[in-house]
Amino acid sequence: MSLVITLATARRILTQLRHDRRTVALMVLVPTLVMILLYYVIDDERTFGRFAPVLLCVFPFLVMFLVTSIATLRERTSGTLERLMAMPLGRLDLLLGYGLAFGLAACAQVALALAVSLTWLGLDVPGPLWPLVLVALLDALLGTALGLLCSAFARTEFQAVQLMPVVMIPQVLLGGILVPRARMTPVLEWVSDVLPMSYAIEAMARACADPDPGGEFWRDVALVAGSAVLALLLGAATLRRRTP
Amino acid sequence: MMNFADTAVAVRGLRVSRGGAEVLHGLTFEVPRGQVTGLLGPSGCGKTTLMRALVGVQVVSGGEVTVLGEPAGSAGLRRRIGYSTQSPAVYRDLTVLENLRYFAAVLGAPKDDPERVLTEVGLADAAHQLGATLSGGQLNRAGLAVAMLGRPELLVLDEPTVGLDPVLRQELWALFHRLAGRGATLLVSSHVMDEAARCERLIVLRQGEILADDTPDGLREATRTSDLEEAFLRLVAERAAA
Repeated sequence: MSLVITLATARRILTQLRHDRRTVALMVLVPTLVMILLYYVIDDERTFGRFAPVLLCVFPFLVMFLVTSIATLRERTSGTLERLMAMPLGRLDLLLGYGLAFGLAACAQVALALAVSLTWLGLDVPGPLWPLVLVALLDALLGTALGLLCSAFARTEFQAVQLMPVVMIPQVLLGGILVPRARMTPVLEWVSDVLPMSYAIEAMARACADPDPGGEFWRDVALVAGSAVLALLLGAATLRRRTP
Repeated sequence: MMNFADTAVAVRGLRVSRGGAEVLHGLTFEVPRGQVTGLLGPSGCGKTTLMRALVGVQVVSGGEVTVLGEPAGSAGLRRRIGYSTQSPAVYRDLTVLENLRYFAAVLGAPKDDPERVLTEVGLADAAHQLGATLSGGQLNRAGLAVAMLGRPELLVLDEPTVGLDPVLRQELWALFHRLAGRGATLLVSSHVMDEAARCERLIVLRQGEILADDTPDGLREATRTSDLEEAFLRLVAERAAA
């Protein structure tokens, strides 16, 4: 691993994004636009206040998962990954480079969605804002890490896109948004217990409701961060210098 | 038997299987240093697989591959080998110069290396063009430029001249010989036999086996023909008769 190579990789990915303005616009604007749409569909500030944190949780994850899985799949199929693997680039250099670059993109995404929610849409957060931002960023990193991991199981961009609902929908359905997790049948609750999104949604709900998030918030944050690290390490294991 | 200092690549009994079938059946050969060696043979004969094995990105099932005195794939070799793949591995959504700057940073190559290699492959005019807007020949040369970053001791070039016009091909072969003149070793693959004449040494591969390992003149003499394409056909016929 080398800091120089990691930073060069992050810079390269940001440059690629810069050349693709439409992707950047979609990435940054879509969560905010959906937030606004949700606000007018619900048309009730209290109910909106309950769903908004969930969206702040789901979106960074969703977008980063998609963008990363397709970007790394392209890297695998275009031969650039093989070229890099023949060079003195560590596997973590590549993964952390992606994490850093897309993490920065996620910052912009979350900042806009949060700013619009807090001002125009009147979202009321009793406590400080940093716990929200922290959870949203961890979500984005988790999405990036899982995207990297899942891209190893997709041969084509079609497959990569199809993996998104596979990874995403169970996590949202079992995340306690529609039905509280404690009310699910035991089997589903167990599954829900091992899905990282459950803790991300829980942490976001606490950050939005509690002016002084305590020990349980930090436990959730640690679980989400731990899952991201685990996914990143598993992703690193799927990058092979030698391929058959 | 060549001694160690004269040998860039030494391969003993290399076996590789892909998708359940053996594609290289125990190859043994050496590539001399400071020369342009051609790796020739029809499409699908195992040239790319062999090159991937030398660079250390191919899973091999047997044999020994020594490159520049170290086992292929050693971490220490990654700065000493330049590799360009058959389909040019450059980012289509970056400019040529941005591509080169990134790969130069990964290799720890000198700051002015991107400009130097661009000039050497004759692509300086397209420096600020996006990869996606380049023609096939330009993309090819961009891939070649990446392989030249950091002045590697060994250049492994997979079909670098395929699909290029004759003028460009001649320019590139002149470049290869210039690089060899500076002491680099080049292994260049091609499925066009008329390119063989431009190499100092030839390794002819067919169906995962070595048909010939000789100089172009030696090959002409052994097959009693002046045409290398004809020489290849005679080698195939001889092998079939044996």
